[in-house]
Amino acid sequence: MADLTRRHVVVVAGGISHERDISLRSGRRVADSLSGYGWQVDLRDADASLLPALRDDRPDVVWPALHGASGEDGALRGILEALDIPFVGSRSTSARLAWDKPTASALVARAGVRTPRSITLSHDVFRELGAVGVLEAIGTDHPVPLAVKPARGGSAQGVTLVEDVHDLPRAMVTAYTYCDDVVIEQLIRGTEVAVGIIDTGDGPVALSAVEIVPKDGVYGFEARYNAGLTTFYTPARLPEAASSAAAEAAVAAHEALGLRHVSRVDLIVDGAGTPWFLEANVLPGLTETSLVPQALSASGFDLGWTYAELAEQAIRDHGA
Amino acid sequence: MTNGNSLDPWYDSYAQRTAGLSASEVRALFAVASRPEVVSLAGGMPYVSALPRELVTGSIDRVMNEDAAMALQYGGGQGLRSLREHIVDVMSLEGIRASAEDVVVTTGSQHALDLVTRLFIDPGDVVLAESPSYVGAIGVFRSYQAETVHVTTDELGLVPEALREAIANLRTQGKRIKFLYTIPNFHNPAGVTMSRERRIEVLDICRSNGILVLEDNPYGLLWFDEPAPQAIRSIDEEGVVYLGSFSKTLAPGFRVGWALAPHAIREKLVLANESAVLAPNSFGQYVVNAYLDAADWKGQVDTFRGLYAERRDAMMSALGEFLPDLSWTKPNGGFFVWLSLPDSLDSKGMLPRAVKELVAYTPGTAFYADGRGGSNIRLSFCYPTPEQIRVGVKRLATVINDELDVLETFGPATRPFRAVPSSDSVSAPPPNIS
Repeated sequence: MADLTRRHVVVVAGGISHERDISLRSGRRVADSLSGYGWQVDLRDADASLLPALRDDRPDVVWPALHGASGEDGALRGILEALDIPFVGSRSTSARLAWDKPTASALVARAGVRTPRSITLSHDVFRELGAVGVLEAIGTDHPVPLAVKPARGGSAQGVTLVEDVHDLPRAMVTAYTYCDDVVIEQLIRGTEVAVGIIDTGDGPVALSAVEIVPKDGVYGFEARYNAGLTTFYTPARLPEAASSAAAEAAVAAHEALGLRHVSRVDLIVDGAGTPWFLEANVLPGLTETSLVPQALSASGFDLGWTYAELAEQAIRDHGA
Repeated sequence: MTNGNSLDPWYDSYAQRTAGLSASEVRALFAVASRPEVVSLAGGMPYVSALPRELVTGSIDRVMNEDAAMALQYGGGQGLRSLREHIVDVMSLEGIRASAEDVVVTTGSQHALDLVTRLFIDPGDVVLAESPSYVGAIGVFRSYQAETVHVTTDELGLVPEALREAIANLRTQGKRIKFLYTIPNFHNPAGVTMSRERRIEVLDICRSNGILVLEDNPYGLLWFDEPAPQAIRSIDEEGVVYLGSFSKTLAPGFRVGWALAPHAIREKLVLANESAVLAPNSFGQYVVNAYLDAADWKGQVDTFRGLYAERRDAMMSALGEFLPDLSWTKPNGGFFVWLSLPDSLDSKGMLPRAVKELVAYTPGTAFYADGRGGSNIRLSFCYPTPEQIRVGVKRLATVINDELDVLETFGPATRPFRAVPSSDSVSAPPPNIS
């Protein structure tokens, strides 16, 4: 282990995305954990002062804790690659693939993981062809129940579960307030789990699956970020075979998208024990109520140690 | 079997009155408003940069040179006597005659609002309020498990006939009405001012029905074209509790406000104040007192009035230029404009689109306890410069037009699923969001 006290990390959090608040929460937790582990930590917003600061005072590593666009779409990561500064998490090309949910689903499906039937539509398509005609045309192939969600974005923002087809137009409008492309997806019923993946140099390892049971049945924004509104079971209450299948599916998704260091794969395990891929996150939430920290703790990992190891791995990868 | 973990072992122990206190998606979106790229028309922060630094430092120096031992110590629960005398002078500008003995200094007038509610409200009691009403008041009433009933309000303030009807209906239902909460001057969020005639009539209705009036007047001195009518408290000493504040005429950071109450209520307010905070902020009181003693505070209020009037004008001009088909109130003072949108729009649901366009506003739903307000938004003109206001309104017009475009695509089936009362008290921006 290198002399950690000499390591300097810049944690980048905030930005101007819809998820700024969540990013700040994640960034502060990472910064506190690394600071407590002896690292020199600077917590910085993603603003015009960031790049000059990185150029002038080159840190050993950057931890992008920037949720939403520019954080997870690969843009900031691409800039860090151009600046030749090591950073934690997936490279820009992989991040871009995972950030776009339809693209990620297609790649993960190609790797053999089940994905819900879905269709992605821009507002322009509805405008040109008429909403009634389009919804009728896709209705047979995509009956309710459905999940309607922005094609890009996180924290369940803009997501609506549609049980009644008459609610579909409103759900579309809600999703379009966040993103110009919207995914209409078959709603899979089953056990909702999140599988954290970490890779500190020995290949991707699936952490214990976290089972999510929201008190009001929907794991929306408030259920995610208010302690007490969701019950988590770690490991998930799944039969052993289903649990293994979920772990394998998560690792397969991580690899199919070319992710590295840390990710979170969201799955539904149906009644037959088959895991269905929902989405992959290149920057899992690391707040007090987030899933990966719970999985790490349940698996016996010290958060500070793990975050430090991930940062060390980023430095090693950069030098390799 | 794995044990479940809700991440809050005390979840089932919270008091019923705190149910619904949760971080909402709307509140999270406001985090972006603090970024300089975003024009925030959301928060109600006074423009304290217009307060000359030397006016404040001079007052602080004087306190530290002359009164440090007292200013750094606990004080009395009623507040500093000399400050209360100044407060009487301040209130006289709005026609109020009072004794310093009946003034209770509080930690901002928000705390006075909390104390009055604590004194009067049992769970299920009714508070009458304008329609819409101040989000911070609705939150306090909810926290004491009051039922807030909104009374129709128009450009001249609370509608007396609607007040009579509301009282009669509630009495028929056997409900206990404890007080009427009103912001008669430059209303937050509606921007309207209650006429002199309405003040008299509203007071008569409340008196004849045994209903206390809680008059909240943080903006009264910040008039633009003509002063507001004299305070309701100037007409009646016994039936009105009056709340005032230095947050807008000086600075909110001192957290100094007050209540003026009839003797019996004042006694209880002092005890409640001591119970809550032992004593209001001594240092803040001494500094405000020194400021009122020595500085040209009336001249500074004039400066604020001129500055906010210019911003109001900028807001009116921008709305006329970029959103000519909509309607809005035209405030004669204060900080806020109430904008009415086409019925098809959902101001709360539209907020993410506004964040994308780098403009922030407060959805109208924050100002109702009963789920209404979806077709309104509150615009603040107090903090952004006139140039920023123009840019912000232009962006808002883009947001509204884009949202209307999507709604037009999907047709009439796109109304919000249902109007539901806001279950949380934090659907408005936190007070420090610019």
